[in-house]
Amino acid sequence: MNSKEMTRPRRKQPPRVGDHPAFRRSLLAVVILITLLMVVAPLLVIGVQAFSLGIGYFGETIANSDTRHAILLTALTALIAVPINTVFGIAAAWAITKFDFPGRRFLLVVIEIPFSISPIVAGVSYLFVYGLQGLFGDMLQSADVKILFALPGIVLASLFVTAPFVARELIPLMQAQGRDLEEAATSLGASGWRTFFSVTLPNIKWAMLYGIVLCNARVMGEFGAVSVVSGNIRGQTNTLPLHIELLYHDYNTVGAFAAASILALLAVVTLIAKVALERRGAGRRPTLAAPAPQTEI
Amino acid sequence: MKSLILAGALAALLAPLSANAADKILNASYDISRELFEAVNKEFVAAHPGVTVDQSHGGSSKQARAILEGLEADVVTFNQITDVNVLVKGGFVSDDWKSDFPHNASPYYSLPAFLVREGNPKGIKDWSDLVRDDVKVIFPNPKTSGNARYTYLAATAYAKEAFKGDDAKVDEFIGKLFKNVPVFDTGGRAATTTFVEREIGDVLITFEAETRGIAKEFGEDKFDIVVPSVSLLAEFPVAIVDKVVDKRGSRDLAKSYLDFLYSPEGQTVLAENGNRVNDPKVAETFKADFPEVRLVTVEDVFGGWDKITSEHFASGGKLDKVLNTR
Repeated sequence: MNSKEMTRPRRKQPPRVGDHPAFRRSLLAVVILITLLMVVAPLLVIGVQAFSLGIGYFGETIANSDTRHAILLTALTALIAVPINTVFGIAAAWAITKFDFPGRRFLLVVIEIPFSISPIVAGVSYLFVYGLQGLFGDMLQSADVKILFALPGIVLASLFVTAPFVARELIPLMQAQGRDLEEAATSLGASGWRTFFSVTLPNIKWAMLYGIVLCNARVMGEFGAVSVVSGNIRGQTNTLPLHIELLYHDYNTVGAFAAASILALLAVVTLIAKVALERRGAGRRPTLAAPAPQTEI
Repeated sequence: MKSLILAGALAALLAPLSANAADKILNASYDISRELFEAVNKEFVAAHPGVTVDQSHGGSSKQARAILEGLEADVVTFNQITDVNVLVKGGFVSDDWKSDFPHNASPYYSLPAFLVREGNPKGIKDWSDLVRDDVKVIFPNPKTSGNARYTYLAATAYAKEAFKGDDAKVDEFIGKLFKNVPVFDTGGRAATTTFVEREIGDVLITFEAETRGIAKEFGEDKFDIVVPSVSLLAEFPVAIVDKVVDKRGSRDLAKSYLDFLYSPEGQTVLAENGNRVNDPKVAETFKADFPEVRLVTVEDVFGGWDKITSEHFASGGKLDKVLNTR
């Protein structure tokens, strides 16, 4: 756009405090220093500690059946929770942005609740609903359905905590895109599904994948809510984050760091995926207003 | 192919749920007993082929809560009697659980002891050394840590004896002790980090059983263990969770598991991991590892846990007063 014209008048104003090079540099230095201390240093420590007793011991920790099971359980939880939350996120964003209905704003707020409350609250509230002393306790007990302290509880807690991730990415984008294309498609006789797959989905693809990546990272890393409902049965309901805590409390510091390095590795992979997606997504932005050409999804 | 692996993974995860109930039990234990019970279970399974003992670890109050909410633990091996009493109140454990197994249903015991830096440069021998002006003491906050509650009670018990029940002097002693604590961490693990890795303080107070684990993990040559002249008996209560074993039909296995803890083999494993045991023969074998100490009990000195809670640990109690004047 005409950004040049917009910035030109500013030049004539006296330089602001923030423009001074010394100020800018010291600000930059502070930011870099804080990043190093708060982010880079701990990550380095994880790596160094994990291998401090040699690669053999690292391998031993990872090969330990409890650790392996924790990794598997965490992956399985993500495999269940992420697709469900993706479908939920798309449906919620679709409903909120493409339709008008009473309670639309309320729904928007409800979706955001897991963002704003502490995961431990989520965990405890699941105890109050599904626990033996809870709302459905007697019913579940007599039907012999185990939700808490088993896989379903872990998945439920993870679902709750990560529910907003995909929706949150999609809603602003879909709001900006408006409804014109869908309305055009419908008026040309496309069915609801056809409209979704041929018009909406190609437009939101990158934002959706971005949301999935974030959602996945959070599911794998979730500690608080899962800790309450897991029961910490090692080799059965111990997810990777819980297993790390267990090893740490056990004075097995190196083992804890080895397990933590696996989780950190997952985070780094996530980060790379996120950056890659952002690049591709950014390249697409200008074509937002027009339906993207059909590509493989 | 992918779906095959997935199905396999699912089956592996769900398999434990469908296994024959009487072949396996779940032991809900406290948070720092993972290696201990790994060793115990190995021996138990070797003696009882075909059975599985699963382990759940967490703060023992959290574990009690989880059982009330449906965690199907057949047995509990806790580090606080009060947490078993929670299960009694919930109707999960019978009232007379303490008489179900010998020694107050506590197959092993420990006591608050001191871990000092190598060579004991400050010459710390007993509780009286901890209130010296030149000594810095590390233990977690008794408000949040069960471990530190034992420390607080053991110090109080010592002072009660030393000052022959003069309450003002006892309070003064405890006040001085707390003034010598530079930082109060929330839990035993954090206090250990403060002492070992940040190298703050001259003495760390924790269970004798744990001082060994710390010395083993961070270097045997860096620390010495000092056992004071008198300390407080810390029991590690075990109980069968009636409601769960009746439902699962696992009472026999649960009982034989807890009985095993009292057997010579079980007691040997417990002693090897730094716990004091009652079996005379095993105790004799490990005599060198456990210096003589006179142990007093909570009942004798304080008149039971209920009284301690209301007098010392309730808000506005003695502990709060000490912490406030610190």
